[in-house]
Amino acid sequence: MANAREIRSKIRSTQNMRKVTRALEMVSASKIRKAQDLMRASRPYARLMRQVVGHIAKANTEYRHPFLARRETVKRVGYLMISSDRGLCGGLNANLQRKLLAEIRAWRAQGVEVDVVAVGQKALQFFRRLKDIQLVGSVTHLGERPRVEDLIGVIKVLLDAYTADRLDRVFLAYNDFINTMSQKPMVGTLLPLPAGQGLQVGHDWDYLYEPDARSVLDPVFERYVEALVYQGVLENLACEHAARMVAMKSASDNANKLIETFTLIYNKARQAAITQEISEIVSGAAAV
Amino acid sequence: MTTIRCDIVSAEAEIFHGEATLVIASGAMGELGIMPRHAPLITRLKPGQVEVVRPDGERLSFYVSGGILEVQPQVVTVLADTALRAADIDEAAALKAKQEAQDALSNRKDAIELAEAQAQLVQAVAQLQALERLRKQLKH
Repeated sequence: MANAREIRSKIRSTQNMRKVTRALEMVSASKIRKAQDLMRASRPYARLMRQVVGHIAKANTEYRHPFLARRETVKRVGYLMISSDRGLCGGLNANLQRKLLAEIRAWRAQGVEVDVVAVGQKALQFFRRLKDIQLVGSVTHLGERPRVEDLIGVIKVLLDAYTADRLDRVFLAYNDFINTMSQKPMVGTLLPLPAGQGLQVGHDWDYLYEPDARSVLDPVFERYVEALVYQGVLENLACEHAARMVAMKSASDNANKLIETFTLIYNKARQAAITQEISEIVSGAAAV
Repeated sequence: MTTIRCDIVSAEAEIFHGEATLVIASGAMGELGIMPRHAPLITRLKPGQVEVVRPDGERLSFYVSGGILEVQPQVVTVLADTALRAADIDEAAALKAKQEAQDALSNRKDAIELAEAQAQLVQAVAQLQALERLRKQLKH
């Protein structure tokens, strides 16, 4: 019966694993709702911010902000990558990494330097393994309720570098939440900000600034970039939970299937042992 | 009575959304009262109250810890900050982010050193074992 005992211990360990994956699945299922609520709550800000920036782009402003200026020669680019802190969420981080790696390789092939900023543990681990890039900032463990304040530092590192002409482009990489079943890795341009569309309509107008254009517009654009990054962090959080839920569900299903086959094998082995015992007894009796 | 649309939002939540006849806010250069058809204006806000007077005369007041106020003839937008912001605080946050990255990178050095130390340890153990075996052979 050694074989049967082995199988039984296998069944038990698979059952334990299933307990863990089920628990993770349920935790993610409840967290995803909260993450989606956060995502929804931050949308009005992002929408109004876009509106205000749109107005500014249309206005005949006396001061051109450096974030709007597009530089033709690119010597050094910056990437801000948003990832989860923990694993066990399917191919979520791996997909984003693959996409980002392709872009970084392309820049390197053109002889462009690459600076990176990591948000989340997985991004940090990924960048540590890469050689010919420079990690200039990182923040991890944002938790279930990321706050804008936590992101100010990493964003400022990139914005300062951009303003000081050290970086010529800044990109944002994160997972876009489409729905619970699908998440899409996205790499989008953060800076320079896309210019206002074409010719302006109506007469020339400009804002009244208090106190002056520069000290008002600087924080506006800063907040705008922060809003974009914050939105990305929230999207990524929702993606993380969605991906984990799906991954853990399929893990639980696989465990179920394994347990079923193991049980079948176990029963067969048990029956075979009984049959053998009986036939031994019968043949023993016949010999007497 | 003419009204002006008023939106007050912070990055983490929508605070107020509706029609108003008067919006009072404390701008960087002093108190501002905004009525419908105000000229386009944009300013920073000081931490303080934003008061909204509704068409029915109701006064609502909200606290904001700074932010940006944008006025268009038909709409007032308050983009509130979620925390106190100041140049030195932002600077400190940026420094912290850089520091964290450097710490993460220096840990890598530690990891390399650890790997080297482990490799040396394995070699030393192998040498010791070889010596042990040699000693046993000599005894026989």
